[in-house]
Amino acid sequence: MLRGFLIRRLLLGLLVLWLVTLGTFFLFFIAPSDPARTIAGRQATPDQVELIRHNLGLDRPVLVQYGDYLNRLVHGDLGQSYFSGESVGTLLAQDFPPTASLVIGGAVIWVAIGVGAGVLSATRARSLLDRVVTLLALAGVSMPTFVVGLLLLYFLFFQLTMAGVPLLPPDSFVSLTESPGEWARHLILPWITIATVQAASYVRLTRGSMLDVLGEDYIRTARAKGVPERRVVYRHGLRAALTPVVTQLGVDVGTLIGGVVVTESVFGLGGIGQAVVQAFNQGDLPVIMGVVVIATTAVITANLVVDLAYAVLDPRVRLT
Amino acid sequence: MTLTEIRPDVVTGKTIAGRSPWQLAWARVRTDKVALVSGVIVVLLGLLAVAAPLVAAWTGHDPDEQFRDTGVTAEGLPVAPNGEFWFGTDRLGRDLFIRVLYGARVSLLVGVVATGVAALVGVVIGMLAGYYGGVIDTILSRLMDVVLSFPYLIFAIAVVSVAGPSLSATIGVISFYSWAAIARVVRGQTLSLKEREYIEAARSIGASDRRIMFVDILPNLLAPVIVLTTLLIPAAIVFESTLSFLGLGIVPPTPSWGNLLSEAQGFYRVAYWYLGFPAVTLLITTLAFNLLGDGIRDAIDPRMERLFSRRRRRRVKG
Repeated sequence: MLRGFLIRRLLLGLLVLWLVTLGTFFLFFIAPSDPARTIAGRQATPDQVELIRHNLGLDRPVLVQYGDYLNRLVHGDLGQSYFSGESVGTLLAQDFPPTASLVIGGAVIWVAIGVGAGVLSATRARSLLDRVVTLLALAGVSMPTFVVGLLLLYFLFFQLTMAGVPLLPPDSFVSLTESPGEWARHLILPWITIATVQAASYVRLTRGSMLDVLGEDYIRTARAKGVPERRVVYRHGLRAALTPVVTQLGVDVGTLIGGVVVTESVFGLGGIGQAVVQAFNQGDLPVIMGVVVIATTAVITANLVVDLAYAVLDPRVRLT
Repeated sequence: MTLTEIRPDVVTGKTIAGRSPWQLAWARVRTDKVALVSGVIVVLLGLLAVAAPLVAAWTGHDPDEQFRDTGVTAEGLPVAPNGEFWFGTDRLGRDLFIRVLYGARVSLLVGVVATGVAALVGVVIGMLAGYYGGVIDTILSRLMDVVLSFPYLIFAIAVVSVAGPSLSATIGVISFYSWAAIARVVRGQTLSLKEREYIEAARSIGASDRRIMFVDILPNLLAPVIVLTTLLIPAAIVFESTLSFLGLGIVPPTPSWGNLLSEAQGFYRVAYWYLGFPAVTLLITTLAFNLLGDGIRDAIDPRMERLFSRRRRRRVKG
């Protein structure tokens, strides 16, 4: 049964991927951008622009270009950047580690904080602690990501360094394989930034879901037969309450892989988001397509993992 | 339980005046200090935004006027807050206080208009999906799922690279992202409302689908839509500032809180006020809207779980 489920989901995923590439490709040709002219520069003659256009294959019909792109894509080739001529695969392989480190590391922090605070808040509903947690969560959703990032830079990097405590380094990215310690040190502020903004909605989600679950009959039964409160909350309650949290996590991690532009640019990390902003400004179609393919794949994979996680969390769920 | 608790009027002989649900809601809001203060802040901000030109005329500082003598230090840096420039100046020697006020006009306008458009679209689509069900529901619901799970920044970048950054493009992008949240709630409400007896009664006397939707169902959707709208406005303000920060939203020299913060990014080490005042104003605004929305939710539907509350259930004394 699991195999049938996986095959169906894989086919559905490929269909979605195909539709997304189709949409992006044709949207690009509706846009009034002309990469050949951008590359040629202002002084170029029409002949030179035409030559560049021909070399890039942009003078062919859109359908032929799309067919060619798909053909290369199924062979695992993402094409070359119009501007640097470098392979898109290589380019994105450089941009992927910062983004993945940022999103996955950040996710660990925001889930820990969000679920932890949510459970505390729900088990002590309407206490002072609950109100403080809720107010902080509201403040979290009330702030744009870049403001959080800039404030952290100001207080934790700039003021600390000025005070003679250069605890945290200036912005940039160090790869994990190069130096794990430096990798983490450089990512602490970006992680806190992304976690601050995300944790807020996880607190609200966990709290609501926990309050619902703790009101269920089976929780009363568990308490009635003398199960310790800690076990009731964490084993019986939290496990069931996590389902909506896991759904949200899947959606967030998937979409963030393609969209942590803000955090990446505030901290100058490089990464997929910054690559796509630059590619859009230049009209670099192969790079745009490469990012779209990777981002969509990330969303599809994350959703698949979520569905598998359901079956683990809730034995009643059958994968079909 | 004594008789007094059940029917106080029987014992005291006092007549109980009938009150509409809206009167009850207002009575609950009135006792809610957090919501009241937030509401006052929101109204004040709105008034300040509307009166921005008056304030500018009173201080004699135009939002785009560059004070080359008094607004810039000898090193060409922004001037710190003082008696003349309450919030200090920006990198071009312009009065930051006036720019933050004018920014409020843009940010509040975007927040309110974008949310309004989203509410209109969301209500219509959600009602159609919930009322007709079947294939229409399936298609519209899948559409909502797609919108809710798409990386919004990539979409925003794509739209802006086609249409160019502007006020209307900003409003368009934000509305496109907000309608689905409203539509989803409206669909759920409509699904349960259409099974009620009064709808059956309306149908039995020959009311058309359109009449049932707009005359019988719509008024019952108002409460949740009002609550969601109040909560979506701050989200839209945050969204606008993010777009402007990335250069995809409001184009300078028109000030918006987003592009003020974006300009301040390069100066945070030398001019805390440049980043600080727009950031704090933005935070106060969005927080006030969120707390107000939370209070209104509690007042309109006391059964709903409340986010920020001290008392368990508030009773309005008869």
